[in-house]
Parts: sequence; structure tokens; C-alpha cells
Amino acid sequence: MKTRATFFRKTKDSLMRAFSGFATSMALVLMAWVIFTIVREGHSSISAELFLNASKPFGEVGGGIANALLGTVMITAGAAALALPPALAAGIWLAEFGKDSLLARAARFTVNVMMGVPSVIVGLFAYGVLVTTTGHFSGFAGSFSLAILMFPVVVRTTEDQFSGIGDALRESLLALGASRARSTLTVIWRAARSGVVTGVLLAVARVSGETAPLLFTALFADTWPTSYFSGPTPSAPVLITSYTMDSPFESMHRIGWSAALTMAVILLAVNITARYFGAKRAAKRK
Amino acid sequence: MRRILDTDTAFRWFCKAGAIVGLAVAIALVAVILMESMLALRTAGFSLVFSAEWNPADGSFGAAGALAGTAATTLLALLMAVPLAFAAALFVNAAPPNVAVPVAHALDLLAAIPSVIYGMWGLFVLCPLLQSVLSRFGIEYTGFGLAPSSLVLALMVLPYVSAVMRDVLAQTPVALVESAMGVGCTRWEATWDVVVRSRKAGLLGAIMIGLGRALGETMAVLFVCGGVSAIPTGLLDGCTTIAATLANDFAEADGVHKSALFALGGILLAFEFAIQATTIPLIGRRSKK
Repeated sequence: MKTRATFFRKTKDSLMRAFSGFATSMALVLMAWVIFTIVREGHSSISAELFLNASKPFGEVGGGIANALLGTVMITAGAAALALPPALAAGIWLAEFGKDSLLARAARFTVNVMMGVPSVIVGLFAYGVLVTTTGHFSGFAGSFSLAILMFPVVVRTTEDQFSGIGDALRESLLALGASRARSTLTVIWRAARSGVVTGVLLAVARVSGETAPLLFTALFADTWPTSYFSGPTPSAPVLITSYTMDSPFESMHRIGWSAALTMAVILLAVNITARYFGAKRAAKRK
Repeated sequence: MRRILDTDTAFRWFCKAGAIVGLAVAIALVAVILMESMLALRTAGFSLVFSAEWNPADGSFGAAGALAGTAATTLLALLMAVPLAFAAALFVNAAPPNVAVPVAHALDLLAAIPSVIYGMWGLFVLCPLLQSVLSRFGIEYTGFGLAPSSLVLALMVLPYVSAVMRDVLAQTPVALVESAMGVGCTRWEATWDVVVRSRKAGLLGAIMIGLGRALGETMAVLFVCGGVSAIPTGLLDGCTTIAATLANDFAEADGVHKSALFALGGILLAFEFAIQATTIPLIGRRSKK
């Protein structure tokens, strides 16, 4: 009786160990499969023209993705410009001044909830705020929606990094006669910097691949992004969508895959660098 | 002395303003969505939720199909993703660091790939694959619908759930595991009967995070769902979700149709809010790295 029980218990244990190895390898295999597909389908159309020419209107053969890549850079940079100042300020305020006050708890709760708001909803909101009122789609409206997606992530990282610094540092600065503003902006900022930069890079990378909010705000154009504030602005994720899902043409699919490969390479590179340096600095500090 | 006080106060207020901006944007978001959906709530009312008749040209806006599709894809995706994510989290936590660290990073990178790319992969790889596999069994299948949608969602949700579970499990006191092993538990018994019980809240929080992500995912589902607004009855049925309907219909919508889409967005927002509000106490403050 006892031996039998042990036998089953041990078998179950080995089975579960095997399953956990299986689950991990399955996740990794699927990831490799996705990446392999992008590389296989995307590499053949990679050429200098692809990165130098603007896309052509629907149905015309050829054209590049340069306008979409530039548009993505503009929209993402705009989002960072809009989101970073208030987000860093809010994160610093929560960690340094707000602590457990009512406003701080409300802000923290809001930030947590905002992290879970789907990007489509943010797109709807940006449409309601900037497209309905101004009467036209614009790259800026796209930036606005991405900024809202970025905001909570940056607040969270900033607060975590700043509150991770011991009070001894703050107290010694105050004892030296530095004001709170001065000590926060010079010394404490330096201690928190690497973590904050890593978090910001990851947040920027994350939103630059967002598609759904841009469908409501920036739309797409086969021109260079010259009317960022006043008209539809092309972007790589939307180009991928319209060249693959909305198009029956094999030649457009090819360009779509190349755009996907380009985005994937850039985003994975940013992610790996940010994580690598983040981990290295964190290890050095310990 | 006076000067120091001034810059200090100014800095403090600047920082506080940042936090207030966040609150204001969140309130504005809810207000705008509500305001824009008023028209549809007045004209369509409850049929918005209870009718499955979605025909904007005739003015019928019943989103029961999209709601059912959202629920079905999300639940199926979680059914597949949660066991795998849990097992992968166990693997990473138990493996030696020179295996665990690269594997954990690789899983995190899975979350860095934009959702359009998952959508493309689903459209060009998964859908044809499902179609050809099923046709071998004599089943004719379009390749789109509930099955590929939930498969792609599962793949996308997995790294998120697994990462949170990893953090939650790593916080288990070592003494707890050691005592379990000490009274003769196998590794699995120590994990399932002791660790999982003690970390129940956190693990549930991890599942809720996956739930939230799956509910709101737009692009990946849009590519493979088939865009059928009826209530799906089988795995091979075409379907749609709230998020996919929003992205698909919005460009051509105006008047009541557009307002109905805002109302659907409001419903999704309410769900997400409920999920977040219950998740936050479960996992507490988790530092995001």
C-alpha cells in the first residue's frame, strides 16, 4: 500500500517536472517559430530602396516603407515628449513627497488602472479629444494616444526606482543643507537614473509597436509625414496592417513582412540593450 | 534662505502637477467615452448587450456576438496559457541560474514583439495550418475564427502571466519549501500543496493580468477572427471581439454606429476596471523591471 503510494507520488512528480520543461520549451519553440517566419518571409525584400522610398498607393507595385518608419519615429518621439515630463514628475512626487497621502494613493490606484486600459480604448479617447475637435486625423493625435499608454508605465518605474533608494542618502543631503529639490534632481536622480532609463526605453519600445490606437488617430498616408499636426501620418505598424490584412496582393504582403522584420529587429535590439545595461548596472550597485 | 524655499516649493508643485495630470487624464478618458456613447445608449439601450443583431446599415446594434466572442476567446486562451505559464514559471524558478536567466529573458522578449506581428503570423501561418490539418480529416474550414484567435491570444498572454507568476513564486519563503520537503513531500507536492496554497492570491492576480490583456487585445484577434458578428457556437466558427469590432468598424462608422462603438468601448473599459481593481490588492505593488 505504502510502496504503491510512493510509486504514484514519484511518478506524478516526474510527470510534472517533465511538463514544466515541456511548457517552457514549447513557449520558446513558438517564439522561435514566429521570429523564424518573420525572417524567412521578410528578408528577401529588404533592400536599400525599401528604406529610402515612400510607400506607393494601394495596388501600385513597388515602393518602400521609409515614410512609415519616419512617421513611427515622429509619432513615438512626440509621445515621449508629451508623456515623459508629467510621468517623471508624478513618479518622483509619489516616491519623494506624496508617500501615503490621499492624493498619492488615488494617483497610484489610477496609474495601476491605466496600465490595464486596452490600447483601443485609448485610441477611442484620443479620437474623441483630438480628432473630433480639430476635425482631422493627425500624427499628433497618435502621439497623444501613445503618450497615455506610456504614462502609467513610466510613473510606475520612476516611483519604484526612487523609492528603492535608502532614506540615509536623503538625510545626509538634507544635513549638508541641500534643498529637497536640489538633492532629488542631482544626487538621488543619479542613483535612480539607470533603472529609470531602462524603464523609459522599454516603455518607448512597447508603444512604438502599438497599432490599434493609431487606426483611430494617425491613420495612414502614402506620403512622407509632412503634416504631423494636421493630417494623416504614416506609421510602420499601420503599414503592416494595411499591407497584409487588408491587401490581397502578394507583392504588398512581401513589403509588409519586411516592415515586420524591421520593426521586430529594432524592438528586440532596444529591449535586449535596455535589459542588458539595466541588469549590469543593477548588479554593479549591489 | 528664502530663495531655497521658493525653488523647493516650485519643484514640489511641479511634481504634484504631474500626478494630477494623470488623474485628470483618467477622469477625462471615462468622461469622453461615456459622453460619446450616450447617443447609442439612448437609441439602442439594452439591445446593445442582449441582441446579437449587428447590422449598422439597418441601424441594429446588438453586440451580444462580440461580447460572447470576447468571453470565449479570452477563456479559451487562458485555459491554454495558464497551465503552460505556471509550468514555465516553475521551470525558471527551479532551474540553475545559467539556464533560468536566459530562458526568463527569452520569455520576456516574447512580450516585446508587437501584436500586429502576432496577427500576421496567425493569418499567414496558423490559419492555413489549421485549415490544412483539418482538411486532412475531411473537415472544411475557413481557417478563421475562435480556434486561431484563442491560440494567438494564448501565445501573447503566456509571457505576461508567466512573468508575474515567476515573481509571485519567487517570494515564497524558502523555509516553507524546506519544511514541506522535510516531512517527505516530493517536489511537486511541496509546490502544489504548500507553495501554491500560500501564494494563491498572487497567482490569481497573475491570471487576472492575463485576463485583462486577453480581453483588450485588438490587432492579433482582428487578423484571425474572421469578423463574424454572430454568437459563435463552435471552435471553428468565425467570431469577433469588442476590441476587434472597434478597430474594424470605426473608420466607416458615423452617427449612432460610431456612438455604439464608443458604448462597446465603455463596456470593455468597465470590465478592465473591475479586473484591475480586484487585481491590485491581490498582487500588491509589483515592481516592473
